[in-house]
Amino acid sequence: MSLLQVEGLTVRFGGAAALDALDLEVPEGAFVALLGGSGSGKSTLLRTIAGFVAPAAGRILLGGVDLAPLPPERRPLHMMFQSYALFPHMSVADNVGYGLRRAGAATAERIRRVGAALEMVGLEAFARRRPAALSGGQQQRVALARALILRPRLLLLDEPLGALDAALRERTGAELRALQRATGSAFLMVTHDQAEALALADRVAVLEQGRVIQQGTPRELWDRPATRFVAGFLGAANIIEGVALADGGVDCPALPATLRPAVPHGKPPGSPVALALRAERIGFGDEGLPAVVTEATYRGGASLLTLRTSGGAVLRALWPEASGPAPEHAVTLSWEPSALVPLA
Amino acid sequence: MRRAALCFGLAFLWLPVLLLVGYAFSAARLPFTWGGFSLRWFGALLANERLVEATLLSLRVATGAASLAVLLGGGIGWVLARHGRFRGRALFGALAAAPLVLPEVVTGLSLLLLAVAVQTLTEGWPQRGAGTVLIAHALLAGSYVAVLVQARLASLDPALEEAARDLGATPAAVFRTITLPLVAPALAAGWLLGFTLSLDDVVVASFVSGPAGTTLPIAVFSMLRLGLTPEVNALAALLLLTAAICMGGAAILLRPRVVAPKAEG
Amino acid sequence: MIGRALLWLVLTFGVATPLALVAAIALGEAAEGIPPVRFPWNGGAATDSLVLIATDPFYVGALLSSLEVAALTAAACVALAFPMALGIVRARPGPRIWLLAAVMLPFWTGFLPRMGAWIGLFRDSGWINGVLVEFGLPAQQMLYTDAAMLVGMVHAYLPFAVLPLFGVLLRLDPRLEEAAADLGAGPVARLVTVVLPQAAPGIAAAFLLVFIPAAGEYVIPELLGPPSATLVGRVVVQEFFQNRDWPVAAALSLGLLVVLLPPLWLYQRLGTQG
Repeated sequence: MSLLQVEGLTVRFGGAAALDALDLEVPEGAFVALLGGSGSGKSTLLRTIAGFVAPAAGRILLGGVDLAPLPPERRPLHMMFQSYALFPHMSVADNVGYGLRRAGAATAERIRRVGAALEMVGLEAFARRRPAALSGGQQQRVALARALILRPRLLLLDEPLGALDAALRERTGAELRALQRATGSAFLMVTHDQAEALALADRVAVLEQGRVIQQGTPRELWDRPATRFVAGFLGAANIIEGVALADGGVDCPALPATLRPAVPHGKPPGSPVALALRAERIGFGDEGLPAVVTEATYRGGASLLTLRTSGGAVLRALWPEASGPAPEHAVTLSWEPSALVPLA
Repeated sequence: MRRAALCFGLAFLWLPVLLLVGYAFSAARLPFTWGGFSLRWFGALLANERLVEATLLSLRVATGAASLAVLLGGGIGWVLARHGRFRGRALFGALAAAPLVLPEVVTGLSLLLLAVAVQTLTEGWPQRGAGTVLIAHALLAGSYVAVLVQARLASLDPALEEAARDLGATPAAVFRTITLPLVAPALAAGWLLGFTLSLDDVVVASFVSGPAGTTLPIAVFSMLRLGLTPEVNALAALLLLTAAICMGGAAILLRPRVVAPKAEG
Repeated sequence: MIGRALLWLVLTFGVATPLALVAAIALGEAAEGIPPVRFPWNGGAATDSLVLIATDPFYVGALLSSLEVAALTAAACVALAFPMALGIVRARPGPRIWLLAAVMLPFWTGFLPRMGAWIGLFRDSGWINGVLVEFGLPAQQMLYTDAAMLVGMVHAYLPFAVLPLFGVLLRLDPRLEEAAADLGAGPVARLVTVVLPQAAPGIAAAFLLVFIPAAGEYVIPELLGPPSATLVGRVVVQEFFQNRDWPVAAALSLGLLVVLLPPLWLYQRLGTQG
């Protein structure tokens, strides 16, 4: 059984539904990323699980127990806020020890565990500083220590890397992953950054307009996006429009070509079909679809080519070397049937 | 141009004040002549029983009014910042802000009429005096405190209180350990503001105090109408220093805190 | 909820009721007794006082000259405060906070003592005349003149004008002026075409922030002005205490409120826009 089960969760602000009959599961000890754009409802979902937003319908179960009757302070899960929400009038140690103090832990116990928590995030030397005297990365680790010291079964993280600059993100992300493994707490992380979600999480759920539209391992999402939105959100994919044929093929007049994806699209003949094709899965050879290079952009070790086919379709493909064909150059494109992913 | 204007403006604001403070320490009776350093006028003040009495009364009134104003203004500020769009919010806000914009004579007159009306109904209570001045000043200063508290509450990151809840604090514990400590500087600054306001008010106090309630500003005002004697000069210097200390304290309490994280090293 | 009800009670009793009483008394007629008013329901005049203050040249004059003095004070404050605020904004961030503090500290510190200082400067044997005599010039009568009163008013209200101007000028993007310079605008053209238009709401707010309290001022005209400066604040006090004509004092207070409503409304609008 999953640690967290969210069933049919609906949240309305005024008339508009921020969450729309949403279902989600987080297995014990897993690292799950909620990926979505702004306004997709991802932060609302976290705040509803934490108890700050009352749902209009649906259930939230943690370890089989319905959380609905519990106020935020009695829910056995904790949250790391996007702004970190460090108490500015308390030292780092008092911030980290706040939850233990509320729980009525003995002073000696508290001192020991605060010390251990600060050691875990490498901030022992900063125990007596005020949060404002720390760098952004240090503040982030204080917020993490403050939430993890209470050993929650589930930690909710709202854009935990959002306030850090690019160089720090990667390192901090790896630390986050290591902490998650070390503590065994399940992490439910909200992010709008697909690279972050794919790199850190065991499972990724993509949110659009208050619903989970696809969930799976990062690999599954990358290789087999279910919808046009997921394909677009994960980036660097071409979306080719066509019409379903009776034999399982797709007629694409814009290329022009008839494509035969490895996975059947399952649409009745004559209905429109969209296929995703990642730029790096397009090969260059002697046989296949002719196209002309319209633009070449250097991409550190590779070139991203913008191509126009004879039918007028625009495709993007990755040339594996730094110096690729120049604009106006004619090339021939090909791909494996498995590279074509039918979208819902 | 703007530097010259700035220098002129600052000189215009400060020179008279500095002259006044400086000459409080002059031994001469004529203000223009410097008679050597002396504390004799401060001594003369201490010997003036009427002034000492007025001072003690004013300090009591100012302390009480400031404390009452913190309670009143704190509550109003809380309601305005936290109760959302309740029915009558616009009227509530307008009534709370009215003392800030009403001309002093109107405030004074209206509060005196209130005191008289209550007296008529209760056949004599309350006697006009220090008590009525205290209540009037508390109402006046409460409006200022409300503005400060509302602004402070509005500037707090709502995630702070949520984070405390999330870490196991009950609503009462959140108020005690997070909200109150974070609003405390505004409350303290509001207290100092109210104290200064009460120590400086002539008009409202003149209206609502009876013959028994001669506060220090009323006494100073009536002396200043006759001119600037060395005693008043010394007294004015003392008042100025008190107010400057209070307002400096309030400014330090209200200074914007640097909460943005330091640049990554 | 109980707390809010209590605060409603305090505000109704402490703010709304007193103002309603002013309106009620304005409808009465001066009479012997405590309070010295006969109300309409006891046979007192209903609108006599209101008609009086709206038609009698003395009361209308008091209202008008109050507005004039307030407007002069506000204009002088804005004229001086604008370059001051610009100077503070353009100072380096280190000294800037101290300059602002130097302007704002007198904002609240002892209004009375500061007027005392001007008495010391202006009076016949005061500091200014001392300097004049020292240089062999004749001593001047300065205290109890309109000029002394205006100087005192500007001194008292100048910080009120600096603050909103500082706020609006601080938010001004300095690159806009650089862009104007880049496009060929000289210092004067930059001020007129770039800075002033954008500072306009701040200038209006500064003017009103001085104008509104200055219109009802009582203490400064009393201490520095001539007896002929019958401003509305003084007349209210006089009618109330010396003449014991409460209805006229109350009616005059209402009149002052009515003429201040448009500027208050304007100020409110500026506040909600910025």
